[in-house]
Amino acid sequence: MAYSDKVLDHYNHPRNVGSLDKQDPQVGTGLVGAPECGDVMKLQIKVNPATGIIEDAKFKTFGCGSAIASSSLATEMLKGRTVDEALAIKNTEIVNELSLPPVKIHCSVLAEDAIKAAISDYKTKNGVAAETAQTA
Amino acid sequence: MLKFPIYLDNHATTPLDPRVLEAMMPYFLESFGNAASRNHAFGWVAEEAVEKARKQVAELIGATAKEIVFTSGATESNNLAIKGVAEMYSQKGNHIITAATEHKAVLDTCKRLEKRGCRVTYLPVQADGLIDLDMLKEAITDKTVLVSIMYGNNEIGTLQDIPAIAGICRERGVLLHTDATQAVGKIPVNVLADNIDLMSLSGHKMYGPKGVGALYVRRKNPRVQLTAQMDGGGHERGMRSGTLNVPGIVGLGKAAELANQLMAGESAQHRALRDRLKDKLMAELDEVYINGTMERRLPHNLNISFAYVEGESLLMGINDIAVSSGSACTSATLEPSYVLKALGAGDDLAHSSIRFGIGRFTTEEEIDYTAAKVIDVVKKLRELSPLYEMVKEGIDLTKVEWPAH
Ligand SMILES: Cc1ncc(COP(=O)(O)O)c(C=O)c1O
Ligand code: FES
Repeated sequence: MAYSDKVLDHYNHPRNVGSLDKQDPQVGTGLVGAPECGDVMKLQIKVNPATGIIEDAKFKTFGCGSAIASSSLATEMLKGRTVDEALAIKNTEIVNELSLPPVKIHCSVLAEDAIKAAISDYKTKNGVAAETAQTA
Repeated sequence: MLKFPIYLDNHATTPLDPRVLEAMMPYFLESFGNAASRNHAFGWVAEEAVEKARKQVAELIGATAKEIVFTSGATESNNLAIKGVAEMYSQKGNHIITAATEHKAVLDTCKRLEKRGCRVTYLPVQADGLIDLDMLKEAITDKTVLVSIMYGNNEIGTLQDIPAIAGICRERGVLLHTDATQAVGKIPVNVLADNIDLMSLSGHKMYGPKGVGALYVRRKNPRVQLTAQMDGGGHERGMRSGTLNVPGIVGLGKAAELANQLMAGESAQHRALRDRLKDKLMAELDEVYINGTMERRLPHNLNISFAYVEGESLLMGINDIAVSSGSACTSATLEPSYVLKALGAGDDLAHSSIRFGIGRFTTEEEIDYTAAKVIDVVKKLRELSPLYEMVKEGIDLTKVEWPAH
């Protein structure tokens, strides 16, 4: 398979590889996929509670080059957006940006799922945190 | 001096040996005759060349020339052997036994026969890649007409115990076909010593041309009969009609002759290079797993899984080396290799597997380069792997509840 230059660029120079502290209430973690399926993505966001803006994003991916590129690109897209803006990110934007062929569309879907999972984790954490604060 | 890309995919196909090309050339040009033209010199020259090649192939496998049927390759040989026996012996029975790790040319042929009313038993393999001989014994019934078990596996290189399997078939009066495409020319294969009744082989897996192969069909003890699957002019003693591919056949013959001369030295050399690669990889990387037994294996094969690294992403990082992977992401169907799945090691290891196939023209320098490059890329991808990180944190991946997918 021939890869687009952008996929190659992200594969060779992945952006924002790493991990944030899962326990940090400002951090939301998404873990999607499964090892038996050959793809697992971990995507994390760090949100500024005052502004709701995503200040940092990190990923680690087990998957093909397109999956790595999709999640690397996703972290770039996330930084500087608000949580609600981030929720609006669609896999098709990733497909277009990376010129993914049809067989690799599911890799971008996985990245979208990872974004949603990270945001949902952040929201649950902070929903729960807010409630605990109220009852205290 | 290293030349790129490095070719380590010699199970997929082998390069043509220049000596083979040289032998073939005249039969494209001045000696273009039809081997079936009985009444002029053009035909005689072609026929003589074909008969010489028949001897060369027969000699490599311990057969007689009359037992060699030329085909278009191992796919056709497998089809002819299995369908031909099933049809010829349909009065005796309709049951065929094969194994889960066979090449598609055997498995899909068997599936086709199931649609035509045959019953097929697909024997599972053990974790080492080999069938259980007791299961084979139990599977044979008085309706069994054929057992088809491959000699050396094209993905994991494991060698089934063909002499023992042949012994069981003999005892029960069942014919044995073996797809020896990957083994012939690489290790000694002798149809007499091994008691093989039918055997498929292919030119392009042994430094010969593509599009030519052969089927060995035993003539004595027992005399095996086949129903032709290609009707026409009655070539190849009626078993395979069609004007003979004279240059291809000459090339196959030359390739067989070379293999016969070079095999002993070559297999020792391939084994040494293979083990050098394996040892280097295993010394530098943790959690690498060899797929299939090392005890019974083609000398030029290494199939290895780099846990927590996905195969296609690894191929991308070593794109100056030509190898193949059992990963789903590299296959059109997005299913990981059925051969690796059949070993029962878990799909995750299939996704992480790479097949290295060493060949006649592989150098030590290429192996050293490959080892260093693979080690480097695996380490880099593990830095990127959430699974590797989780395992290092002490998480048992089998206990994780992975979200629905
Ligand atoms: C074990 C085995 N059988 C059959 C074949 C098919 O051979 P051919 O390409 O000559 O049809 C191959 C090659 O892919 C093979 O490895
Ligand atoms: S992760 Fe398998 S095709 Fe992308």
